[in-house]
Amino acid sequence: MATMTREETEALIQEVLEVYPEGARAERAKHLTANDQDVDKSSKCVTSNRKSLPGTMTIRGCAYAGSKGVVWGPIKDMIHISHGPVGCGQYSRAGRRNYYVGTTGVNTFGTMNFTSDFQEKDIVFGGDKKLTKLIEEVETLFPLNKGISVQSECPIGLIGDDIEAVSKKAAATLNKPVVPVRCEGFRGVSQSLGHHIANDAIRDHMLDKNTREGSPYDVAIIGDYNIGGDAWATRTILEEMGLNVVAQWSGDGTVEEMQNTPSVKLNLLHCYRSMNYISRHMEEKFGIPWMEYNFFGPTKIEESIRKIAAHFDETVQANAEKVIDKYKPLMQAIIDKYKPRLEGKKVMLYVGGLRPRHVIGAYEDLGMEVVGTGYEFGHNDDYDRTIKEMGNATLIYDDVTGYEFEEFVKKVKPDMIGSGIKEKYIFQKMGIPFRQMHSWDYSGPYHGYDGFAIFARDMDMTLNNPCWGKLKAPWKPSEESDAESAAA
Amino acid sequence: MALRQCAIYGKGGIGKSTTTQNLVAALAEAGKKVMIVGCDPKADSTRLILHSKAQTTVMHLAAEAGSVEDLELEDVLSVGYGDVKCVESGGPEPGVGCAGRGVITAINFLEEEGAYDEDLDFVFYDVLGDVVCGGFAMPIRENKAQEIYIVVSGEMMAMFAANNIAKGIVKYASSGGVRLAGLICNSRNTAREDELIEELARQLGTQMIHFVPRDNEVQRAEIRRMTVIEYNSKAKQADEYRALAQKVVDNKLFVVPTPLTMDALEEVMMSFGILEEEDESIVGKTAEELAAEAATA
Ligand SMILES: Nc1ncnc2c1ncn2[C@@H]1O[C@H](COP(=O)(O)OP(=O)(O)O)[C@@H](O)[C@H]1O
Ligand code: SF4
Ligand code: SF4
Ligand SMILES: [Mg+2]
Repeated sequence: MATMTREETEALIQEVLEVYPEGARAERAKHLTANDQDVDKSSKCVTSNRKSLPGTMTIRGCAYAGSKGVVWGPIKDMIHISHGPVGCGQYSRAGRRNYYVGTTGVNTFGTMNFTSDFQEKDIVFGGDKKLTKLIEEVETLFPLNKGISVQSECPIGLIGDDIEAVSKKAAATLNKPVVPVRCEGFRGVSQSLGHHIANDAIRDHMLDKNTREGSPYDVAIIGDYNIGGDAWATRTILEEMGLNVVAQWSGDGTVEEMQNTPSVKLNLLHCYRSMNYISRHMEEKFGIPWMEYNFFGPTKIEESIRKIAAHFDETVQANAEKVIDKYKPLMQAIIDKYKPRLEGKKVMLYVGGLRPRHVIGAYEDLGMEVVGTGYEFGHNDDYDRTIKEMGNATLIYDDVTGYEFEEFVKKVKPDMIGSGIKEKYIFQKMGIPFRQMHSWDYSGPYHGYDGFAIFARDMDMTLNNPCWGKLKAPWKPSEESDAESAAA
Repeated sequence: MALRQCAIYGKGGIGKSTTTQNLVAALAEAGKKVMIVGCDPKADSTRLILHSKAQTTVMHLAAEAGSVEDLELEDVLSVGYGDVKCVESGGPEPGVGCAGRGVITAINFLEEEGAYDEDLDFVFYDVLGDVVCGGFAMPIRENKAQEIYIVVSGEMMAMFAANNIAKGIVKYASSGGVRLAGLICNSRNTAREDELIEELARQLGTQMIHFVPRDNEVQRAEIRRMTVIEYNSKAKQADEYRALAQKVVDNKLFVVPTPLTMDALEEVMMSFGILEEEDESIVGKTAEELAAEAATA
């Protein structure tokens, strides 16, 4: 299908809304829109960060997922206790692919699951004592841990376990951070509140121990979870620019890095949604400015490199140009190779955090077009930042329901979809090439120059995979002859 | 006779456990097969029947064994006076954990283990005073207690509590068969107490099933960890509990209650002189302000 006009997009939204009962239709209508680049405030056209409707299939996670899974989990030398029943942690264990270096179980713990494994008796009698014991055991078995976080699952908030008291006591005994996090899954409307709660807990427990003398070129990478090595590909560029990366928040990150972050000159914020809170806090408390950047695809990378360099002296600015020049031919070679195979292809996205807007440029570098996008748990400020990135009259869908997404795809007929694991197999079975854009589909990195090479290859590999031509059983009549026989 | 399941509710300290056990003892004396399920973490619902300090509770045993699935019925069930079967659900110390979940767990366990056997005539649930959450409403959910008795006295807070409990019953009555079976007035010797509770009962659409007098014989029995029925079966108070037991056996008046509005309830209390008419002109005034007003007047 050719690019849709505004009228067509609006008609499609109306058509999809048609099946809902009146109340649900009115509510869902607010979350769907045809993009209009002239709108200055997204709140005028799309509502976000609201409770999902019961009965629709939402793709969202919970506050615990936002705290444990996203923000805290990747801090590799800490032990993150999933306090409550075993499932929340076990079924999400290692699912996000936050890469790290270290010896798992000795000095790093990223892919392990620690839980207080609540039983009926712990609900009834409370889990405080068990938590105390668990912390003692953790300390004995894994003495090289640099700190502990207590991630509250739902029941903790219901029964009122005093995890603050336990943590405070343990922190004093162990002389390391023991951080209680009140990220019970039922709080808020999505994982988004979990990010905020996690940021607040970091603010309260992790930023008061800086001992480091700063130097003029210090930066921290904020909101990069090193999925498939993303933060490493980012770090390379920053270091080539002559910057000194003090900390990675939180992919491949450590307690010490976090504690040292107040010494940096600039915070570089990639995932705005999940870490804008702590960036703002560091600005207020320590006077550290922060800026958003985008390291997906050479166009955005170049823009971002220059924007970052502008915060520093001429040396860094000169380096920045050198870095850009150095990678330009490499990037051109990638574009020359893949663009002819991908040009004109249409993509629909539905992801979280920063990706619904940040990857658009990378697709455009390959001659592809993003014709629909939306956030699982975005807020107005995310959509404000998205309007300008998306073409006019393209589809924007917030907290899209399973039904809406499928119907949109049927009508828009994209050449590829980028979304999560829950969507993957549905769309693949519909015969549409699909990339898992949360975990990079077991690939990555996608950030930085290194990442773009892999991104381009993966998109080609997926879209031009010969399997898509083999979906029809050879003995089944083609669609046209179906129509003919029906007419006969 | 089909099994009748009854739950006893009422303000804390009003005499639920004492009255339940004496009533149950009287039923047992009359040849009925009865079980008491204590639904209060204090676990003092069976001690007068068992002569024990506090029965070991389901939750306590479950915590020791690892999980409630590791328990057998015999572990949690004790038999006392008149072959009355006794179970205490148990729960945490005040301020930790979730007592409500303990009640739910214990009752589910009893059901799964077949504690409600064929030849039981009565089960009595003695529930913690304030129905603070769903856990303590467990005994009046589907397929559990059908008859609710509220223990009340002529004191203001006891009557407020009774009315609130009636509201809770309405909620469950609409979805199931639970009914209010009567108010048991456990006397505090307040003025015109019997008339007052009869009036409250009338407005709630129910009856005052019995007026239990206050009697020191209850305490004398209690310090021996006995019911009055067992300790001194000839006492006048024992006959009161027998009368109550007979009325429960014969009871046919099971209603969906009609809880009073706050205003209506206050009016009842005012007409019996246990609540003063409110003087709106003094609301929110400090002592200083009132003194100043008095001076200018
Ligand atoms: N009819 C009565 N006469 C004298 N004392 C009573 C009477 N009923 C209850 N009591 C006393 O009141 C106290 C509280 O009663 P209890 O049954 O434990 O209350 P609840 O179970 O409602 O909290 C007990 O110590 C008991 O001896
Ligand atoms: S919603 Fe609650 S129970 Fe479910 S995963 Fe989140 S914390 Fe666990
Ligand atoms: S109020 Fe009820 S559900 Fe909540 S913790 Fe207490 S006993 Fe449990
Ligand atoms: Mg009691």
